[in-house]
Amino acid sequence: MAAAMPLALLVLLLLGRRGWCLAEPPRDSLREELVITPLPSGDVAATFQFRTRWDSELQREGGLSVLLKADRLFHTSYHSQAVHIRPVCRNARCTSISWELRQTLSVVFDAFITGQGKKDWSLFRMFSRTLTEPCPLASESRVYVDITNYNQDNETLEVNPPPTTTYQDVILGTRKIYAIYDLLDTAMINNSRNLNIQLKWKRPPENEAPPVPFLHAQRYVSGYGLQKGELSTLLYNTHPYRAFPVLLLDTVPWYLRLYVHTLTITSKGKENKPSYIHYQPAQDRLQPHLLEMLIQLPANSVTKVSIQFERALLKWTEYTPDPNHGFYVSPSVLSALVPSVVAAKPVDWEESPLFNSLFPVSDGSNYFVRLYTEPLLVNLPTPDFSMPYNVICLTCTVVAVCYGSFYNLLTRTFHIEEPRTGGLAKRLANLIRRARGVPPL
Amino acid sequence: MGLLSDPVRRRALARLVLRLNAPLCVLSYVAGIAWFLALVFPPLTQRTYMSENAMGSTMVEEQFAGGDRARAFARDFAAHRKKSGALPVAWLERTMRSVGLEVYTQSFSRKLPFPDETHERYVLGEWGVPGPRAHLGGRGLGWVSPWRVSWGQEAQWEGKSLVGIGGLEKGGLQRPTTVTLRSPPPYCIQMVSGTNVYGILRAPRAASTESLVLTVPCGSDSTNSQAVGLLLALAAHFRGQIYWAKDIIFLVTEHDLLGTEAWLEAYHDVNVTGMQSSPLQGRAGAIQAAVALELSSDVVTSLDVAVEGLNGQLPNLDLLNLFQTFCQKGGLLCTLQGKLQPQDWTSLDGPLQGLQTLLLMVLRQASGRPHGSHGLFLRYRVEALTLRGINSFRQYKYDLVAVGKALEGMFRKLNHLLERLHQSFFLYLLPALSRFVSIGLYMPAAGFLLLVLGLKALELWMQLHEAEVGVEEPGGAPGPSVPLPPSQGVGLASLVAPLLISQAMGLALYVLPVLGQHVATQHFPVAEAEAVVLTLLAIYAAGLALPHNTHRPLSCRVVSTQAPDRGWMALKLVALIYLALQLGCIALTNFSLGFLLATTMVPAAALAKPHGPRTLYAALLVLTSPAATLLGSLFLWRELQEAPLSLAEGWQLFLAALAQGVLEHHTYGALLFPLLSLGLYPCWLLFWNVLFWK
Repeated sequence: MAAAMPLALLVLLLLGRRGWCLAEPPRDSLREELVITPLPSGDVAATFQFRTRWDSELQREGGLSVLLKADRLFHTSYHSQAVHIRPVCRNARCTSISWELRQTLSVVFDAFITGQGKKDWSLFRMFSRTLTEPCPLASESRVYVDITNYNQDNETLEVNPPPTTTYQDVILGTRKIYAIYDLLDTAMINNSRNLNIQLKWKRPPENEAPPVPFLHAQRYVSGYGLQKGELSTLLYNTHPYRAFPVLLLDTVPWYLRLYVHTLTITSKGKENKPSYIHYQPAQDRLQPHLLEMLIQLPANSVTKVSIQFERALLKWTEYTPDPNHGFYVSPSVLSALVPSVVAAKPVDWEESPLFNSLFPVSDGSNYFVRLYTEPLLVNLPTPDFSMPYNVICLTCTVVAVCYGSFYNLLTRTFHIEEPRTGGLAKRLANLIRRARGVPPL
Repeated sequence: MGLLSDPVRRRALARLVLRLNAPLCVLSYVAGIAWFLALVFPPLTQRTYMSENAMGSTMVEEQFAGGDRARAFARDFAAHRKKSGALPVAWLERTMRSVGLEVYTQSFSRKLPFPDETHERYVLGEWGVPGPRAHLGGRGLGWVSPWRVSWGQEAQWEGKSLVGIGGLEKGGLQRPTTVTLRSPPPYCIQMVSGTNVYGILRAPRAASTESLVLTVPCGSDSTNSQAVGLLLALAAHFRGQIYWAKDIIFLVTEHDLLGTEAWLEAYHDVNVTGMQSSPLQGRAGAIQAAVALELSSDVVTSLDVAVEGLNGQLPNLDLLNLFQTFCQKGGLLCTLQGKLQPQDWTSLDGPLQGLQTLLLMVLRQASGRPHGSHGLFLRYRVEALTLRGINSFRQYKYDLVAVGKALEGMFRKLNHLLERLHQSFFLYLLPALSRFVSIGLYMPAAGFLLLVLGLKALELWMQLHEAEVGVEEPGGAPGPSVPLPPSQGVGLASLVAPLLISQAMGLALYVLPVLGQHVATQHFPVAEAEAVVLTLLAIYAAGLALPHNTHRPLSCRVVSTQAPDRGWMALKLVALIYLALQLGCIALTNFSLGFLLATTMVPAAALAKPHGPRTLYAALLVLTSPAATLLGSLFLWRELQEAPLSLAEGWQLFLAALAQGVLEHHTYGALLFPLLSLGLYPCWLLFWNVLFWK
């Protein structure tokens, strides 16, 4: 659905713009950019961004897009693509607007596989290509490489070729240093006809990975058996001295019947009272549970939010075709304003690099983060569908019949009644005997 | 139903059951045994087949070639292990990280109810003042001495390890300062603590919702180091592949199963057995299947597979089929219960060999202990089995590459799974690796045996009934077949005392040995484990003397007015129904245990009565008591393994088995001990009571 929306919009705009505006637009710039950053897990993330005015030509031949080779991109741990379209003013008075198209592609390379066991990387190893020329249409074509020293000692890593300029910025509350390679700078390419950026760690990068983010979370199902269970969410605040609130939103399917009285929130061994709870109970087959809480996370702590549930029995037509796979429970959503370590300046969107727009800054002292925990797989009590249902029904029928008869037999007492022989004759005889005052036969 | 509701025919039927009771009982018992023996013959035993579509037709090409790497890892591991004396946690962490896994550790500690002396691993304790019992080394019972030797070794071992890992412990436990202790001082609280190391291989482009586990349990010595080496080499190979759809957890546990239990409990965030452990930092969703590996040599001649888990639980048969598929594909020699599978099922030899394997499996399953660390996974509904490398004197040997390829193939096929393993059988018996008997075919054997109890109970019920009728008819009863509440009530009242007393004996048997071990060690020259076992035996034997003397003063007043036989008949009736109920329930959950107990207990239970050759009955009853069954099973087990026991060895093994049984109940939650002590032993005492009814 999320992918379909921008596409639909895109088609709409494609049809619409042509009709409205036939005037020759000023030739707008294409800006393209590649950002390479290490991740806390040791992997390497590469983010491409191409930004242009909608009306300009879209086909690109040279530049950064030569790196986009499908078989390498799909050999990675993760990738995500996005298309953003927004109106921008053409002049200061905003009398006419133009549409801006931004395409992003984020890829996480498994540094271990691409680097043959080391965490060094180069463009050629990651993409099996090198950069040969800037895009002829681009007004700006740059590669940013994150070379922030996380150790206090200098010189723990080395990039090759050495960058001509660097760029400093505050990203997600920490100061980062980027090496800039400008492809439009002719000296950059002309030296060797191609540009293969390489990064080498000078020492084994045991402690060289960037520090873990201040807020991260983990979620799991605990307990065993098919009757009960517990949903646990661990919220980590690794900020050394600042506590901050987090909004935790859980939607749990109705077939996990939550026991809200078992909701416990503990941080540092003490109970943590949420300052706000909104709970909307589930309705069977209609709506899921909705649980929303505002929790204060103390500095440098792990907060555990747990709630017990009971697994419901579904109707037998409600099971998915693969019921033994389990049922997915959607991730919790965490939203928080995380305090920064370094105050950020307000940025000028047009002048700063494109990737800044990926990290919205709310104000100088903190930044907004929305996190999704991992989805969960929960097994429900499942009938044995490999056994045909009629067998089960037959067995139940037999059991029911047997039970009825045995119950009947066990709860009744039997008396032997003398068979009525003689019928009419006997009755007559008894009448006579009664008249005589003699006991009947 | 019409047959039973018609009083005339009902009476005729009753008379038939009464008259033919003995032959029917014998017939039913023989039929039960014969049915069980027939299970190994082809119409009842079937070929195994792969039911799971996701694992059936897909082909896998194994590419593992890290044999040298595995051996190098194993050598390093063994060296580090020897140097530090415990699991080399830091080395494992470093190595796992170097092959690209996400590494976590988990520390755990567990206070044992009493020292486990069959494994020389439980060494840490708060050592009090060295006791006055140091001179007791060679005294005591005959079977004590080997345990004493093990204590000496432990103390030495402890001395070595102190230097190596003393710095790693964060505190909590007070380390001993004197290491020259040669015997356990009094009041040593047995704390076991260790560290598990595990690495997670995250599947690319997956959300960590499902995972597979490869686990290697490490004991106290450096056995299993080849398994650790192979695990690391496999991890390195798996890390380079991109086809994983499920995360893979590589787990190395310390203290064998205790570590596995600690890890599993922490993974599922439950506390079943009172284990104290640090919470896990990394998880990988729902575990779909697990394979435990035990290898202690660079080359193997065969791979043995163990399926029996805690309380007789079995993994899905498809997992075993998967293993067998790769055995065939790789040309590996694979065994079940240490037995090769017979080739020829048409002649008598094949089924006879199958019968041996089947009996071994029944004995193992009946013991209810986890035979390998896979056994603990089953409680969490994780299908699991243990592969053991055997290095015997055979000519042809396989190296680690062959084993690694089999494991790689298994993991790749498990990776294909769309659902949990559920298609194939969960309840089965195995006469060979490629043959199985399904539950529908083996249950009648237990059914026939339990029918004996039912028939006997029916006979007693009707005899009681007739006795009542006989007593009351002269007084002018209203109807011939009215149940008589007043006389029934009196009959039941006389049963309360023996029932209560035997149940109390059972409770004492369950509680006292562990509770009273300190008292016993103070007053007698025994160690804790010996104290537990001896108390167990003492209470067990005391039970034989107690109940049949105590029922009389309580109940004779009431019974005296009635027919003299009514008392024991009513008691036997209750005992029979109680036994049938228990055995029926046990046979449903753990067929092997139910069948084994039914085979031994049913004849004696059916025969017990206070008339006739009492000494013969008493001897039979003693020979079929639960403890004697255990002893007999041990002999049978070793006989089937072609390593017969001498009487003294058997007795030692029996004592060790008792201690293990109690310990496993406390450490893993095995149910055999409470079942025997709280259920079957009191029931058996009732029959003893019947036999000596006065």
